[in-house]
Amino acid sequence: MAQHMNLTLKVWRQKNDKTKGQFVTIQAKDIADDMSFLEMLDVVNEDLTRLGEDPIYFDHDCREGICGMCSLVINGRPHGPKYGITTCQLHMRSFHDGQTIVIEPWRAAAFPVLKDLAVDRTSFDRIQQAGGYVNINTGGVPDANTIPIPKRIADEAFEAATCIGCGACVAACKNASAMLFVSAKISQFALLPQGQTERYERAQAMVDQMDAEGFGNCTNTGACEAECPKGIKLSNIARMNREYFTAKFFREEDVHTHN
Amino acid sequence: MLDSKVPAGPLAEKWSKHKFEMKLVNPANKRKFTILVVGTGLAGASAAASLAELGYNVKTFCYQDSPRRAHSIAAQGGINAAKNYQNDGDSVYRLFYDTIKGGDYRAREANVYRLAEVSVNIIDQCVAQGVPFAREYGGLLDNRSFGGAQVSRTFYARGQTGQQLLLGAYSALNRQIKKGKVQSYTRHEMLDLVKIDGHARGIITRDMITGKIESHEGHAVLLCTGGYGNVFFLSTNAMGCNVTAAWRAHKRGAYFANPCYTQIHPTCIPVTGDHQSKLTLMSESLRNDGRVWVPKTKELSEKLRSGSIKPADIKEDDRDYFLERKYPSFGNLVPRDVASRNAKEMVDDGRGVGKSGVAVFLDFADAIKRLGKDTVEAKYGNLFDMYYQITDENPYEQPMRIYPAVHYTMGGVWVDYNLMTTVPGLYALGECNFSDHGANRLGASALMQGLSDGYFVIPFTVGDYLANLGSFAPVDKNHPAFEQTRKEVEDKINVLLSLKGSKTIDDIHKELGKIMWEYCGMARTAEGLTKAKGLIQNLKKEFWSDVKVLGENEELNMSLEKAGRVADFIELGELMVDDALNRSESCGGHFRLESQTEEGEAKRDDENYTYVAAWEFAGENQEEVLHKEELIFENVKLTQRSYK
Amino acid sequence: MSNSKPVLSSSLGRKLIMSLTGIFLCTFLIVHLIGNLQLFKNDEGYAFNNYAYFMTHFTPIKVVSYLLYASIVIHAVYALVLSIRNKAARPVNYAQFDGKANSTWNSRNMGILGTVLLVFIATHMQNFWWKYHNDQVPYIEYQTDLATGNTTSRVLEASEFNDYQVTVDNDVETVKARDLYKQVDFAFQNPLVVGFYVLAMAALAFHLIHGFKSAFQTIGVSHKKYVPIIEFIGVWGFGVIIPIGFALMPLYFYFIK
Repeated sequence: MAQHMNLTLKVWRQKNDKTKGQFVTIQAKDIADDMSFLEMLDVVNEDLTRLGEDPIYFDHDCREGICGMCSLVINGRPHGPKYGITTCQLHMRSFHDGQTIVIEPWRAAAFPVLKDLAVDRTSFDRIQQAGGYVNINTGGVPDANTIPIPKRIADEAFEAATCIGCGACVAACKNASAMLFVSAKISQFALLPQGQTERYERAQAMVDQMDAEGFGNCTNTGACEAECPKGIKLSNIARMNREYFTAKFFREEDVHTHN
Repeated sequence: MLDSKVPAGPLAEKWSKHKFEMKLVNPANKRKFTILVVGTGLAGASAAASLAELGYNVKTFCYQDSPRRAHSIAAQGGINAAKNYQNDGDSVYRLFYDTIKGGDYRAREANVYRLAEVSVNIIDQCVAQGVPFAREYGGLLDNRSFGGAQVSRTFYARGQTGQQLLLGAYSALNRQIKKGKVQSYTRHEMLDLVKIDGHARGIITRDMITGKIESHEGHAVLLCTGGYGNVFFLSTNAMGCNVTAAWRAHKRGAYFANPCYTQIHPTCIPVTGDHQSKLTLMSESLRNDGRVWVPKTKELSEKLRSGSIKPADIKEDDRDYFLERKYPSFGNLVPRDVASRNAKEMVDDGRGVGKSGVAVFLDFADAIKRLGKDTVEAKYGNLFDMYYQITDENPYEQPMRIYPAVHYTMGGVWVDYNLMTTVPGLYALGECNFSDHGANRLGASALMQGLSDGYFVIPFTVGDYLANLGSFAPVDKNHPAFEQTRKEVEDKINVLLSLKGSKTIDDIHKELGKIMWEYCGMARTAEGLTKAKGLIQNLKKEFWSDVKVLGENEELNMSLEKAGRVADFIELGELMVDDALNRSESCGGHFRLESQTEEGEAKRDDENYTYVAAWEFAGENQEEVLHKEELIFENVKLTQRSYK
Repeated sequence: MSNSKPVLSSSLGRKLIMSLTGIFLCTFLIVHLIGNLQLFKNDEGYAFNNYAYFMTHFTPIKVVSYLLYASIVIHAVYALVLSIRNKAARPVNYAQFDGKANSTWNSRNMGILGTVLLVFIATHMQNFWWKYHNDQVPYIEYQTDLATGNTTSRVLEASEFNDYQVTVDNDVETVKARDLYKQVDFAFQNPLVVGFYVLAMAALAFHLIHGFKSAFQTIGVSHKKYVPIIEFIGVWGFGVIIPIGFALMPLYFYFIK
């Protein structure tokens, strides 16, 4: 049968983005080890609700590790103590009876806290809006098999494209840098033939927006890669740098503005 | 009798002919129209981007923090298209035929044919956007056979096809946001539809961060809000998936069609306890190599459950590979509804496995022996890892335990051929509508439908509606209908916030889920459904008298968000039961125990039920009114589905 | 792109500056180490002092040396600028942060290591560069019998020394030079100085184990074959051989000479 445990939670509580937050200690009782971490929070929230207290707000949706909505820094680690998974995939068997668990939101100037453990990640959307697309309309495109793409390239592009936009890279980085996130999208398009037409413009536009959002600067610690639930590689950042410097130093003529 | 507005003429020419016959909006006039798109999954994002590209002003709304997080992202397996790249005999007609048959002849021929027809364009579009589909060594697109199809027509991106397709649509949407043609409202929830002179002219939303109730006016409203599987509490849907937008539109006059058609997916990870918040789907592709079995006897099952023996201790002769036994030609690859029902039968027979006994095995031992561990890992590694994360059991060493779970809802808002609901100017796209999958959806068809509706259908049909309006005038935002609807929404929120009973929202939601699963799940009876109706009505009373809603409107308020959604689920649940009760035949995902063949298969009653049941809201606490749309099959012959 | 930010005011541009100055400083270390290996010669500093003169008076090298000083300053200033910006990117810190789970200590503390190195460079230059350039080192004269190759030396008084001078007379070569070697010997008799030098070289090792490969990552090198080579050089060349080579010098003078 499932093992049960009692835990002490130190949870960041903050009413909204205008007020200051603080840690609140909450006891989580009789937690089964086959619960997911978020289910543990559900149980805590049900108890709080019964007591008439405001439940802990946290972002979550698909609960199967793909939507990128869940976050949480758990005992100093984005998405908790295991590698390669999101918080919703973390199970309580990774903890032990009597343990104290510190739960904090992503911390970054570009991710302001909305309430408790939920942060505003629309900065990521704005970066994508700056150039994370191929400039084509619906319809009028060639047959899908017109351009063969070597499997190796397609696979590499896919691996970059698997980013779920959760922000763990920013949360893990001591500088709150978003370069892994940005480089993943730039890489996907830099690799694929469909992305070539605006390759250099894209790199510039997305980097500009990233800077404007107030993310920090990469110091190549590799924390982002280690904590990324989808295993996005650090080599994407090198590729982004290459794309950007090539654009800036050698391909100025290919970079134009349009509306 | 409802008019589906299916154009006359031969099946293969209907859509082309219709596209020509529809009126166009002059390019210079398109910018005078505003279109509201609710939901940003495959259907919503693709529709919003395509319409904005044409020149319309678009506003999108989603409850998530980003359009990219819509639950389309979770689709694993793939997307069908009749490309016939594999030269294995596929064609538009075959995809059409398979889909109609798979839907147990309860879908509209013309819609399904159009879906198959535009499926080929979807793949082209996605590749052009930079969607990284799987490829072969020669650089061309790879296909696999999926969900029991006899041809390889499924395009995929490892186990993340939904994510990659959604990111493609999201990128197209982002491009239009950047251009200023789309305004994106995230963490916004649609709470009502505003009608002026019978036409949809706006929506009321709640800003989930500030609680602000806002009116948005538009010339057309597109509901792209997905399915209602969360009425069962436990499903493979995301936690936030809800029926509220569709349901409130229903209460404003949009008929709701075939609500009882729900798809129970056979390969999900079984429930572990009361704390369970959702169910995780394991891709159907696992059935390509995994073998489904239970012990032949109850005694062995009991020993397994108590832990006194392990699966490996059960001899080959004592195992019942029930799908292979009953369906020799399709074996483990029978359609979802058949596989699910058989699993339930085994469990009901006392031969289930796992601690709870509510599961069957999906065994890869033979595949590992035949293909080697490395090959199996290459094919299913990520799924095996996911299973291991959740269950702490290693599927390379012991069989997986699986059990069916609610996955998709074929029913939805009734739409005509143009995807317009019974409210002029209000459209429903993707899983939100009812139109393409009949009583059962085939694997890899949901993504196809969402993108087909968004990229290739709605841009034409909405134009026809707008061109026929005869006016380019902006919607009058000072019309009293806005103020009145807004006030009704606010009143409802205030009532919810005043509820200070003893039950939590989840208590009620779980209770509803249990009723639905028990009586309106994989097997249904008139008796059970009648009982369920009473139970739901009681639950509704309990909700409005004894539930506890905390906090205030002007904040991120989880309790309030859930309360509104569960209130709607309860009402929908009752309608699902009504619909299931009305349809006393079995078809696809709707299995009435009273209507089965001698072998225990779903038995349709084509004479009496070859129709779409579209329900009209008749007022609070009133019985809904049934309208029928006759399903006319001019091209396929209705047969008993057989996968023997 | 006309409205794109200039490269040097972008995050990547600033990182590029760090990378390029860093790589330049790394190449200097190789030259510096090879030159200083002459300290290990048992020749009363003959080779070393000649080398010191050459390094300070050969014009191309002088130019490079100014580039070097500039690089140090720019590297430090940009490090400071980036650190301030990085701090601003996370205004509220984590109550608990488990950095060791996902990154190495040195990669997270390049600033601290760099500060140690900056203090070291200042001390080092004050000790040797400043004293050498401001006539605060002793003088020495070498006489080499070109026929036998034997060299003798004697300390020169300040009054006997005008400038570096090489003369040959009767098959005897006379070299008058500033005796930086003696200054080195003198400095490294102080255990505090030796300790600090060894500590600084440890800091250098950790700084470069991360910094060398990081510099290449920043300029965009990502290659299956070459990145491992760069990492190998970073660890063994700049993380082990060079710092140990430098650290042996004070230890040699303190313990052996």
